[in-house]
Amino acid sequence: MRKLSRLSRFNIASLAMGLAFLYLPIIILVIYSFNASRLVTVWGGWSLRWYHEFFNDRAMIEAAWMSLRVAVSSATIATLLGTLTAVALSRGEAFRGRTLFSGMLYAPLVMPEVITGLSLLLLFVALNAERGFWTVTIAHTTLTMCFVAVVVQSRLGSLDRSLEEAAMDLGCNPLRAFLAVTLPLIAPAIVAGWMLAFTLSLDDLVIASFTTGPGSATLPIRIYSEVRLGVKPEINAICTLVIGLIAVIIVIASLASKLSSSQGESAAPL
Amino acid sequence: MTDDLPRTDAAADAVGADAYPAAGQPLLRIEGVAKTFGTFRAVDGVSLDIKAGEFFALLGPSGCGKTTLLRMLAGFEAPDEGRILLGGKDIAQALPHERPINMMFQNYALFPHLSVRDNIAFGLKRARLARADIATRVAEMVALVKLEGLEKRKPDQLSGGQRQRVALARALARRPQLLLLDEPLAALDKKLRENTQGELMELQRRLGMTFIIVTHDQEEAMTMASRIGVMKAGKLAQVASPRELYEAPRSRWIAEFVGDINLFEAESKLRDGHRLVIGTSGAGALVVAEPREPVGAGKLSVAIRPEKVKLSRRGPVSEAGHETAINRLDGVIADICYLGGTTTYKVKLDTGGMVQASVANSARLDVDAYSLNQHVVAWFTPDDCVVLTS
Repeated sequence: MRKLSRLSRFNIASLAMGLAFLYLPIIILVIYSFNASRLVTVWGGWSLRWYHEFFNDRAMIEAAWMSLRVAVSSATIATLLGTLTAVALSRGEAFRGRTLFSGMLYAPLVMPEVITGLSLLLLFVALNAERGFWTVTIAHTTLTMCFVAVVVQSRLGSLDRSLEEAAMDLGCNPLRAFLAVTLPLIAPAIVAGWMLAFTLSLDDLVIASFTTGPGSATLPIRIYSEVRLGVKPEINAICTLVIGLIAVIIVIASLASKLSSSQGESAAPL
Repeated sequence: MTDDLPRTDAAADAVGADAYPAAGQPLLRIEGVAKTFGTFRAVDGVSLDIKAGEFFALLGPSGCGKTTLLRMLAGFEAPDEGRILLGGKDIAQALPHERPINMMFQNYALFPHLSVRDNIAFGLKRARLARADIATRVAEMVALVKLEGLEKRKPDQLSGGQRQRVALARALARRPQLLLLDEPLAALDKKLRENTQGELMELQRRLGMTFIIVTHDQEEAMTMASRIGVMKAGKLAQVASPRELYEAPRSRWIAEFVGDINLFEAESKLRDGHRLVIGTSGAGALVVAEPREPVGAGKLSVAIRPEKVKLSRRGPVSEAGHETAINRLDGVIADICYLGGTTTYKVKLDTGGMVQASVANSARLDVDAYSLNQHVVAWFTPDDCVVLTS
């Protein structure tokens, strides 16, 4: 706030326009979710009607529940695997091809989702796996694991290795040293990684539509198919709820990473 | 208050508490230890005995292998060759947590998520001490390093000096048989460093513990250690007391590394009773006491410390009658460097060489101070010279 007073008029104007560009559509969506009218574009006064409609829409609720389950399970598995990957890559003994492995970790970050989705679909078909909850969960784990690994790896990289050595010097075997010193120090990054994986999974449409099966649509798939038949104001209500959930998670994740970096400063050598 | 700490720590059981030798007896024996990283031989066949109760310094320029040697003692690196015997038991391949040795890290490596108290208690909890014993020991350590009232602080709420004390207390808490200190004072400013040097020495004497310190600062090593091992390119160049190291360095390299020195290359030598007369390129003929070890045919040089070189206007006055035995060099003052306590004069000799003389500023108003381009006589006795063969 102190900084804002020093901004010039031009800066304030460009800031306002930038923010408007980003958030005006969302704000309109949120406002229209409280619209009483049947027509999306006509304002008919304030109402919670469409929220009520949503909570009575069985198919939509089922899709939302499916999405939440997929997001929680895939984020949890991805966090576990991603953390282990990060630890192995930054703490393990140097092994042949470690650089290649580190590089390959970044590939899914830039890979078009269509390719990831299609390749997973081919894999599941080849394995003759029944497509549904587990295939989507596995697909999302593949997508989000590398995000977790990258977040945790950068935290591990900034952590002073002599901290683990000090723990071993003071009587810890390598595993105990990791649990007693390293894990608490990278915990904020792990939490942030989980949150990131959760939100990525929650709003993914492309990979989910490739890997899901009949009767197990996620929320984005369900919304997308509804919208194709015409936008109902109910969609606005659902989107508002999703935006609210994601906003809360992003705030928690950024607080966690802030905590993580402030501890990192004291961990760094003078 | 902690004059005689009992050495019955759980951590000491790795070697057996009663294996701790009496002061002056060998505690640690390093035998032909070597370590290679890739093609770089960081430590190249070091053998060394450390006595119980000793304050030993490993001194050397960066990259000489002193830190690698220390890390092998702590267990963070395993030697490729050689043995490390602690109380008669080979610990070369033991893991860090299996050794009754603790280390104080250069950057202190305090756990940022733990308070001062929990940092100090960390090693005690791992040693499975009873809760009450841990509390007593932590209180003891906090008092020892004078950190009372700061127990609940986190490391980032402490000053550099306070962190250094926490690191020391944490390393001492397990009552190790051997404490390793890796550049423990490098992060402190000069004044604080000098005070801390004194405190470390006092602590070491009081606890009767064995300390090995690694430093690149020769003054620090000279001040604190009872014995110094100078390392160069992975090898021990000389192991000696500070005085011996300074007054009788074994090689030109050591003489130049430890303190300032004037070096003159020898061109000829002539025996004169129990003296040698050495013809040098820069300073003419110098009379020196015959070195204890016989001088071979190799290249010789004569070394003399700047503070042993006296200056006067008309030549030596106090040593009347010994004038023939005294080295007398005529020259002019070429450079003056005032350092407060002393002044270093560079004298350009008539014979072509250059000699440095360090003169104590014993009077505040020194009317006798020399000025630039003034003719002076630099003189010193044969006993002040060291003949170096390598």
